Amino acid sequence: MFKLKCDDFLIYDEATGKYSMSPEQQVRDETERNKWKSTGFGILKDWRLYAMLIPMILVYFLWKYMPMYELIGCFKDPTTGDGLHVATNRWTGLRYFQQLFTDATYSPQFWRAFRNTFITAFYGLLFGFPMPIILALFFNEVRSNVARSIMQVCVYLPKFLSTVIVTSLVLILFRGTAAGTQSIGVVSKVFSVFGADSAMVEQGLVFTTKYYRAIYIISDLWEHAGYDSIVFFAAVIAVSPTSYEAAQIDGAGKLAQMRYVVIPSILSTVVIMLIMKIGGLLSVGYEKIFLLLGTGMLPAGSGGVAESNYEVAHVVSTFANELSANDANKAMGTAAEMLNNLIGMILVIGSNAIARKASDVSLY
Amino acid sequence: MKRKTEVSELIFRIVAYFILIIFALMCVYPLVYALSAAFSSSDAVNGGKVILWPVGIQGKAFLYVLTDNVFWINYSNTLFVTFFGTVWALGYSILGAYALSKKRLLGRHGFNFFLVFTMWFSAGIIPQYQNYMQTAQIFGSIGITDLKWTVVIAMGMNATNIILLRNSFEGVPSEIEEAARIDGATELQILTKVYIPMSKATIATVALFFGISRWNGYFWAYKVIPGEQRYSWPVQVYIRDFLNEYTTIANGGNVETMDSWNHPFATTSVLYSMVVCAVIPILAIYPFIQKYFAKGVNMGGVKE
Repeated sequence: MFKLKCDDFLIYDEATGKYSMSPEQQVRDETERNKWKSTGFGILKDWRLYAMLIPMILVYFLWKYMPMYELIGCFKDPTTGDGLHVATNRWTGLRYFQQLFTDATYSPQFWRAFRNTFITAFYGLLFGFPMPIILALFFNEVRSNVARSIMQVCVYLPKFLSTVIVTSLVLILFRGTAAGTQSIGVVSKVFSVFGADSAMVEQGLVFTTKYYRAIYIISDLWEHAGYDSIVFFAAVIAVSPTSYEAAQIDGAGKLAQMRYVVIPSILSTVVIMLIMKIGGLLSVGYEKIFLLLGTGMLPAGSGGVAESNYEVAHVVSTFANELSANDANKAMGTAAEMLNNLIGMILVIGSNAIARKASDVSLY
Repeated sequence: MKRKTEVSELIFRIVAYFILIIFALMCVYPLVYALSAAFSSSDAVNGGKVILWPVGIQGKAFLYVLTDNVFWINYSNTLFVTFFGTVWALGYSILGAYALSKKRLLGRHGFNFFLVFTMWFSAGIIPQYQNYMQTAQIFGSIGITDLKWTVVIAMGMNATNIILLRNSFEGVPSEIEEAARIDGATELQILTKVYIPMSKATIATVALFFGISRWNGYFWAYKVIPGEQRYSWPVQVYIRDFLNEYTTIANGGNVETMDSWNHPFATTSVLYSMVVCAVIPILAIYPFIQKYFAKGVNMGGVKE
């Protein structure tokens, strides 16, 4: 009357009135079972390969993923537990998030830190991104290999200095007389020649709201621009000399060559690096800001805290770090930084997805 | 064939040279200044007379650092952390990267994601600090009370470096691996006799990345090792501590004439001497590693 659709794997036995598995299907099932069996054997046979993974997985689990477990601390009262294990704290729900957004003291501080994170990152991108490209284009102009190598060695160097040393140099070279020394820093002097406010020079330019960001960005450029130019330089020298020749025959001057030969050739590298930068936008280097904000070298009368500087320098990480000094505020600090890092993660994943779509190149 | 140099080209080149030279000088100037100030007299440093060369040469500030026991203990701690930290990180990174580079590894994408996720999202300072304190406590309970070990074992992870290694291992032709396998090599032998020799350049680069970040590490060592255990500090923490201690107004006005400082040289000269000492090892290996870094960056994490 009606025919079963599963004819291909079932056989109807007229005599007994029962269905049984077709031989083809039995073979298929057997292969399927063997596949799983061979996979199991594969793992067993390959156990050395899997054992090699264990140390790495363990290290990442213990010191990267366990801290993520600690994040539940932002829903718990940090004063209730033993202060070491977040599991011993009592649940409080969203109280600390509420405090972060509504508290009269902490909410403005949080938004200030959040704003500063964005502004610092944005300026970093605005000035920090084109500089390495410009350096790479300029390096390409240097005909002598020896001269170029010497200059490259010089500009890569700051990347290898520690943050402590970089910030020590910044603090001392930009210090003002108010920092208890008889002379202003050498670089402060240069700034004052170019018309920096003399009262601010006295105070130490790093500690002024007006100049802090400029100094931060300049020192960042100093640290990273040379090193970051490596990637772009590799892209620039990969441009075939015949392209230049063809452009020259067509009557292109230097700028036209830049515009029509070099820039299009390195564009894909530029796009990838730009997307990478946008992805890392919110992970501003807190170590450096922490060190620049430190209590050392502060102007007189500041009571050990450069409040004026906080206005522009404090980012979410340093804000959280400061909150952690007080046990009761730990949960709020955790919540603040988690929000920041979640937005950061969305930026990374989003930018990577765009990169994948736009250029078939993705980072991960 | 000689071509007439165009005016635009000439101008461009002059601008390029000019800016590059300025930038290159800017990059080395602070270090030259630090060296000069380290060997200049108190008057010259405090009076702002040191611009480029040492003025009123003295070597006492440097000698002060050379004879500062705590500085050298901390210096040896940095050497310790750099050496063991690099060996440790390189060890598990190479093993893990080798396994991840194998197509036959089940759950390869999952393990990759496990690694890469840590690049996207980090828990933040407070949870990380709690975690390190717990680690230190556990280490203490099994008899490792020196917090240096917490710094060595628990810190300095870098997923980018592992991906760099993985990409390099993936580039090794599988025929060579098969040949070794037919000759009866075990997995570990294939790694040590085939893969590691064939990826020497990448491994050197990654080792240097790990090493430099260890040498320069500050924040977590500072957070985890308290002042009472200053003999376990790395040198970067000591330098920062000195900066805070002796060159700050918070400690009572004009420190250069402070009672606690009755030496014939400026505190900043001492600080610069420390900076010079801390930078020397990097400067010493820098010319040799420079080309590796350039290579390493270009290999990049970029895939497919």
